[in-house]
Amino acid sequence: MPFVFGAAWQMNLFFFTVMYAALASAWNIVGGYSGYISLGHAAFFGVGAYAVAITFNHVGIGGGYRPFYVLPLVGIGVGAASVPIAWVAYRTRAATFAIVTVTLLFVVQQLAFNLRSLTSGSQGLSLPVPSFPVSTYEHPFYYAMLGVLALSALASWYVRGSRLGLMLFAIRDDEDRARGLGVQTTFAKVSSFALSVGLVAMAGGIWAYYISFIYPQFAIDPLVTIGMVLMVYLGGKGTIWGPILGAFILVPAQQYLAYRLGASQLYLVGYSAIFLVVMLFLPRGILPSISDRLRHLKARRRPERTEGAVSDEPVERVAVS
Amino acid sequence: MSALLEVEHLEKRFGGVTAVDDCSFAVELGTVTGLIGPNGSGKTTVFNVVTGYLPADGGGFRLDGRSVRRPDPSRLARSGLIRTFQHARVFPNLTALENLVVAAPQGWRAAGRARSPADLRARALELLEEFTLDGHAGTPAAELSFGQRKLLEFASILMSRPRLVLLDEPMAGVNPRLVEGIEQHIRRLHAEGLTFLVVEHDMPLVMRLCDPVIVLDRGRKIAEGDPEQIQNDPRVLDAYLGD
Amino acid sequence: MHLFVQAVILGLLTGGVYALMASGLALAFGVMRVINVAQGALIILGAYLSYSLYQHIGLDPFIALVLLTPAMFGLGVVLQLAFLRPLPDEEREELSLLVTWALALGIEGLLSVAYQTTYRSTITSYADRSWILAGYHISVARGFAFIASIVLLVLLFAILRLTKLGRALRATVQNPTAARLLGVNTRTVSALGFGLSVATASAAGAAYGIVFPFNPGSHYDLISRLLTIIVLGGLGSLGGAVAAALLMGVAESVFATEISPTWSSFTFFIVLIAVLVVRPQGLFGARVRGAI
Repeated sequence: MPFVFGAAWQMNLFFFTVMYAALASAWNIVGGYSGYISLGHAAFFGVGAYAVAITFNHVGIGGGYRPFYVLPLVGIGVGAASVPIAWVAYRTRAATFAIVTVTLLFVVQQLAFNLRSLTSGSQGLSLPVPSFPVSTYEHPFYYAMLGVLALSALASWYVRGSRLGLMLFAIRDDEDRARGLGVQTTFAKVSSFALSVGLVAMAGGIWAYYISFIYPQFAIDPLVTIGMVLMVYLGGKGTIWGPILGAFILVPAQQYLAYRLGASQLYLVGYSAIFLVVMLFLPRGILPSISDRLRHLKARRRPERTEGAVSDEPVERVAVS
Repeated sequence: MSALLEVEHLEKRFGGVTAVDDCSFAVELGTVTGLIGPNGSGKTTVFNVVTGYLPADGGGFRLDGRSVRRPDPSRLARSGLIRTFQHARVFPNLTALENLVVAAPQGWRAAGRARSPADLRARALELLEEFTLDGHAGTPAAELSFGQRKLLEFASILMSRPRLVLLDEPMAGVNPRLVEGIEQHIRRLHAEGLTFLVVEHDMPLVMRLCDPVIVLDRGRKIAEGDPEQIQNDPRVLDAYLGD
Repeated sequence: MHLFVQAVILGLLTGGVYALMASGLALAFGVMRVINVAQGALIILGAYLSYSLYQHIGLDPFIALVLLTPAMFGLGVVLQLAFLRPLPDEEREELSLLVTWALALGIEGLLSVAYQTTYRSTITSYADRSWILAGYHISVARGFAFIASIVLLVLLFAILRLTKLGRALRATVQNPTAARLLGVNTRTVSALGFGLSVATASAAGAAYGIVFPFNPGSHYDLISRLLTIIVLGGLGSLGGAVAAALLMGVAESVFATEISPTWSSFTFFIVLIAVLVVRPQGLFGARVRGAI
């Protein structure tokens, strides 16, 4: 699919599918691995978008392919800048953390509206339209976003197989115990957050360039956060392919909804309905549910095992995710 | 020579109830010190304060002679003080091996290393073997039996080579054969130089294993001595039999 | 100085209304460990309903409360049964956040379809008038909103202190297991508690609608403030929520007057960060260490 080029609306669909797959993968590093539900990631998406837009308007970087070269800087910069914020936010737990990140989202949106000299406030910022050849106009954006997706998936995979990943999973299981054992929990949480938002910011930068004109309420949009969270939950929190699968299912569904109901606000109701259905009926997500089912089938086929020498009452199954 | 752990005039209140009331005692280096007392004596509360899980209302404690200003489990762990829990806390979704590997003290620079690098793996497997869990190295901790989890928890805290281990009712809910097993482990580690503070209800065990034994009643220390002294102390009998 | 006191008065008036709104949120969290992100949307729903009643029947919002409150109570119970009860206990906090956010979106969508996105305001006959008390202006609308909020808050506290349901609710907040052991039917209590918390939204909405212009999207602004307030007060603490609401109302008002009106909404965030750095559990929250 990704290499078949078709009409503009198809490229648009591919672009956004890949974008959300990248966002969902990145979010998963925080939400899936450590269990901390960040609802403010869209803020960093917007910061990345504005960072690129501002370098155009105020630093005068020029068009063409140059904005793509700025991206790694944007990613690293936003990641680094998020460290103090993450450090404060991570002093809280669970629900409070989620609330703090939601607040962050609205604060950043307000900043985008208020810092008029930098962002032109509600009038929005424009980015120059590059002079890419018309027939393959969308391709550079698409490839750039594919690159960020690859980076995101790679980061996801690498963290999972590293000690950082082990620390995050331990935090998700029992953070207080991890601390009691001397595990460097703050470092693990903050660094995973910085990595995650750096990737999200890069996606935001490409998005800004792609749509050529950004407004505060669309660059920093709660629906973007909801989208990536929903996709991760649908596909399977904590897995590598789950978020990507979630994006590949939901983005086309989202686009279809927007196409059918976009004019009226029923679009929101439709979105809300999908959200509720996923949350209530498939909270573990598709991939974990499948692997659970497989494990059950395998276990049923094996004959009853006898307990070893150190035998005690068998333990109740703890929900493994 | 100051003791390894010195609790000084500790106080802790819960609403109107004073759980710990001017409690002071010391744990000497290289001992297996028992902490006993009837229900409500405050021994679990003292435990939770000393391990950083509850803030004290008054008094404090010293580790190695140095006053611990704001006790915090993570900082205490780095100073060599680690505890276990009655209900055997492990990381359920990590394998037994990973449960140990994550407990190894590693600086932040090690975050990029593999999940189970060779050196940590080797040490973890060694420990698992000592506790006869090596056959379950790849099993998620959630699938282990209660006794196995108790052993796993014990093994995990040894990964960081602590100096003072606080055992919170290590024998609670454990079958008699395993009790013997755990007792052997404690003796062996003690012989290797580890200091223990054990809260327990199993009296025969405490009298066999611990010396000295500290007795709390209604939040204060009422007696301290070797097992024989404690068993013959009328105040201790009074406390347990009630008045 | 005069300006300062005026700002403080204004802040208290607004803070009182926030207090009513936030108490509903705090109650929902305390009883069920549920973060009701839809509270903002429910308040706006209340605002629209009282607006419609006023437009079509000429019923004064504060009188319409008598009708609206039981209706919203019922809605709250239905929402709890349909969307919150099915959630598994262990993940309830995080899942409720997402589920109620979905509900908020749904409500916003429905309201947009019904009323379009133009800003509305319940303009009563006294909307423009002001009282003058000791040389200070108190707008009649805000004054009534404040009085109504305080009365309802007192009523809420009375219900919690004096009725059987209230006692059951408080027991569940303090210790759900103990409450269950003492015979409290926590499932029923949770549903009723949530109903109560949504009922506060109707009243708050009526008050809000008189003072501020609103449209379906206004719930975002509202909920971000309310969430900050309950974090500041300590999740689950009603008293904390009220105190934090008044504090934030005054802080925002003073900031707007003395420093800058455009940036006044930042006071919430600034105060939140400042408190979290020093006291992550909020002003009145309990420090929870997963120990025992």
